[in-house]
Amino acid sequence: MCQVGEDYAEPASEEPPPRQPGREQKCVKCKEGLPVVVIRAGDAFCRDCFKAFYIHKFRAVLGKNRLIFPGEKVLLAWSGGPSSSSMVWQVLEGLSRESAKRLRFVPGIVCIDEGAACGLSPEARAKTLAEMKLILQTVGFPWHVVALEEVFDLPPSVLRCFAQEPVETEGAYKAAVDSFLQQQHVLGAEGAGDSPSLAQGEEQLSWPCTQDPQNPQSPDRPPTAAQTEALSRLFDSVKTLTAKEELLQALRTHLILHVARTHGYSKVMTGDSCTRLAIKLMTSLALGRGAFLAWDTGFSDERHGDVVVVRPMREHTLKEVAFYNHLFAVPSVFTPALDTKAPEKASIHRLMEAFMLRLQDQFPSTVSTVYRTSEKLVKAPRDGCAASPPGPRCLLCMCALDIDTADSATAFGAQTPLHLSQTQPPTPPPTAPCCSAGMGRVQGCCGGARPCEREDPRACVIEQLCYGCRVNMKDLPSLDPLPPYILAEARLRSQRYQRPLCSGSPGGPWGGAPAGPLPTQLLPQGLHRAADPGVPG
Amino acid sequence: MTSPRGSQGVVGPARTRALSTSGRAAAQAPGSRRRLGPEPSGSRSPSTRFRLFSSLDRAACVLLRRSLPLLPRSDPAMPAPQCATCHKARAALRRPRSGRALCGACFCAAFEAEVLHTVVAGRLLPPGAVVAVGASGGKDSTVLAHVLQVLAPRLGISLRLVAVDEGIGGYRDAALAAVRRQAARWELPLTVVAYADLFGGWTMDAVARSTAGSGRSRACCTFCGVLRRRALEEGARLVGATHIVTGHNADDMAETVLMNFLRGDAARLARGGGLGSPGEGGALPRCRPLQLASQKEVVLYAHFRRLDYFSEECVYAPEAFRGHARHLLKLLEAARPSAVLDLVHSAERLALAPAARPPAPGACSRCGALASRALCQACALLDGLNRGRPRLAIGKGRRGLDEAGPPRDGEPERAPAPEAVPAF
Repeated sequence: MCQVGEDYAEPASEEPPPRQPGREQKCVKCKEGLPVVVIRAGDAFCRDCFKAFYIHKFRAVLGKNRLIFPGEKVLLAWSGGPSSSSMVWQVLEGLSRESAKRLRFVPGIVCIDEGAACGLSPEARAKTLAEMKLILQTVGFPWHVVALEEVFDLPPSVLRCFAQEPVETEGAYKAAVDSFLQQQHVLGAEGAGDSPSLAQGEEQLSWPCTQDPQNPQSPDRPPTAAQTEALSRLFDSVKTLTAKEELLQALRTHLILHVARTHGYSKVMTGDSCTRLAIKLMTSLALGRGAFLAWDTGFSDERHGDVVVVRPMREHTLKEVAFYNHLFAVPSVFTPALDTKAPEKASIHRLMEAFMLRLQDQFPSTVSTVYRTSEKLVKAPRDGCAASPPGPRCLLCMCALDIDTADSATAFGAQTPLHLSQTQPPTPPPTAPCCSAGMGRVQGCCGGARPCEREDPRACVIEQLCYGCRVNMKDLPSLDPLPPYILAEARLRSQRYQRPLCSGSPGGPWGGAPAGPLPTQLLPQGLHRAADPGVPG
Repeated sequence: MTSPRGSQGVVGPARTRALSTSGRAAAQAPGSRRRLGPEPSGSRSPSTRFRLFSSLDRAACVLLRRSLPLLPRSDPAMPAPQCATCHKARAALRRPRSGRALCGACFCAAFEAEVLHTVVAGRLLPPGAVVAVGASGGKDSTVLAHVLQVLAPRLGISLRLVAVDEGIGGYRDAALAAVRRQAARWELPLTVVAYADLFGGWTMDAVARSTAGSGRSRACCTFCGVLRRRALEEGARLVGATHIVTGHNADDMAETVLMNFLRGDAARLARGGGLGSPGEGGALPRCRPLQLASQKEVVLYAHFRRLDYFSEECVYAPEAFRGHARHLLKLLEAARPSAVLDLVHSAERLALAPAARPPAPGACSRCGALASRALCQACALLDGLNRGRPRLAIGKGRRGLDEAGPPRDGEPERAPAPEAVPAF
């Protein structure tokens, strides 16, 4: 592979001719067993060594990062697919080990039924749901099955980031573990466990049957037809598959966040594997989310503040997951997704996936190279301006907005304004038409100190989005089908931002755009405004 | 003024619009619609595939051929809209970026205004600068030279053309003929620097012969890119220039960032994405005024101004890894027209760990040029070639060279497109 730091070589011609897996070949680890699977380039493992390797990777990722404190409630996001099923299985096995190596958190499972968005019939959805419930009952953790239609009932507070105190240091983690172990010891000595997770010496965690594993707020009743109809209308109104997938992702995240917050879970684990994360990284690049790659593909994602999303499967390739599931009979449910059976060129996600997998065939280290590069990304603005106060956050993806300075290369002309007809044509010839169209829109909003919400609700929502979300919104011709919480939060935020402008203050702590007459230079896109100090996040 | 048709490209009657879409699609995913060779979708060999991807110049030719008959033609069903700027002439195209319909003259004016803005806002070329334009005869450098010539009085700069002769038979000599014609037409002084003179007789053909034969890919583009940047620097110094400009466009930047991620080149990712290098340590400052213009717009500008350029691809291009990135970019652009600008936006905002960034540059111990290590990359490569071990400076460790450094293959000079098929 034409990789930095490696010889430019076609790997096929460089390796020694692959040995036929005959009787003579043994597992590379224990040198005794008969190999059953080949991992990476030519490492053959026997069944037991493979299992140990797989489990070890899972535990190592969790242990290395030391984010999950003992006794913490962790929500496992299970989609039914192989990676998340494998993750759930790992957690199940990890919780049932001997006390020294046992995983020490309290899991719950959430499963989102996205059938309405994918256009499934109610019978198909019911069937899938039944299969899922079967598996959930086998696993035995408290589970919550939520239909995607419930986004229409979400409160606007789900979009707010509740700032947390900074992540505790290493010392704090160790102290927490020690105190937990002590507590265990004391409880064990007393012989009574009043909380199920602290029960010791049991092979299988037994949840007391008084605890209703199901979410009491969303019992078995299916979502109303009106909600299903509204959801399908929303997804039908989106023009491209790329935007649909991104919207689905955003809604799913909000829903999981809501479930986590309602039931007191402080961590969410998702089953993204190495391959999926590499594809996600390249997709995010292509969607304009280069500023947020570290959050989108890193181990922990704490942009929501109180709930941290964790990705423990990020070092397992899809191949390993598939083999593990096959060899050790991990149950999973196939649910059709938005892009099932979609042609390869239908969306950026599909394109990137096909491209990466094809390239991986030719150059077997593609995925691991991209993954390694992703580990070098940090969660900071590029210039390292850590001193600046936290800026406004995107409405949908809740990352700090990345549309900023006027002299960034793409601020100029790249922001194609949505309503060209609204803006005045440029009068001074030196300014290019594109950028002054963008200026015109901002001019309309802040130059005259008129509240923009009366003028154009869409422009107000768009202004609160990051670059990637804006590009997606272009494919949504009308914002009406969106769930009400998004629009409500947008109105709330724009009102908050409008107040200082109406009072005439020229700029906020971020040196934002002057509210006075516009010079012919570029303006920042109107987002570095004075914000109410009470704005969280 | 936005017609319901909405898609980018040349505005015209519905019938031929279908043609133009397919033509553009052919330009973007040339595989299945090309006249040459076998069906590429099944084949894995890079050579057939990349020859078919064929450089955008061939695509540009197709685009031009197909766009010529699509200039204003009356169709009672769907009249072509008026130009959105002057409201007088009929619109000849729809800008890929914003979807506005413009006539030829207004588009060219807008293009020039945008380049002017890029240069002025980024303070790239101060007044009084002597600017060496890296001219290869291809569409990008031709458009760059033309636009800068138009803007020169306003910016207060003077231009010199510098062409680099890598010694690639059958390709570069033809391109140089185009450059000479342009220099004659614009009456700009032209200097040609040849690898053979600068680098002790090593032309690219000789390098290719030297690196071939080991069963591996030849990595010609690595040599060519590094040596060309050195040659450009030398040429610029010869003419007494204060700045160097190259014609990299937005598509090049997008391909670069994709490629760097696929290759895992964190050092280049950390360095790239800006508007050029300020020229530390004695190297001349470089910039890329066309960086925000997408390739389509460059081609359209060249068409409307009737510029004469050379549009074949380099004979070694099919072997480059950049071909993969280029193919991907074409696909992405088909799925989402703004993909190129989104990638440039992403590239600008990448945040890499401090450890991944390259060390502060010093000076090469042999030639004094900007280098991150004791030897600059050009000297290191030439060293390897002269010792008969061409891969000495490529790969981990750079074993055998008399310096110890971190095993990173970073480019010492500010190189925006490290493995480029020679920039146009």
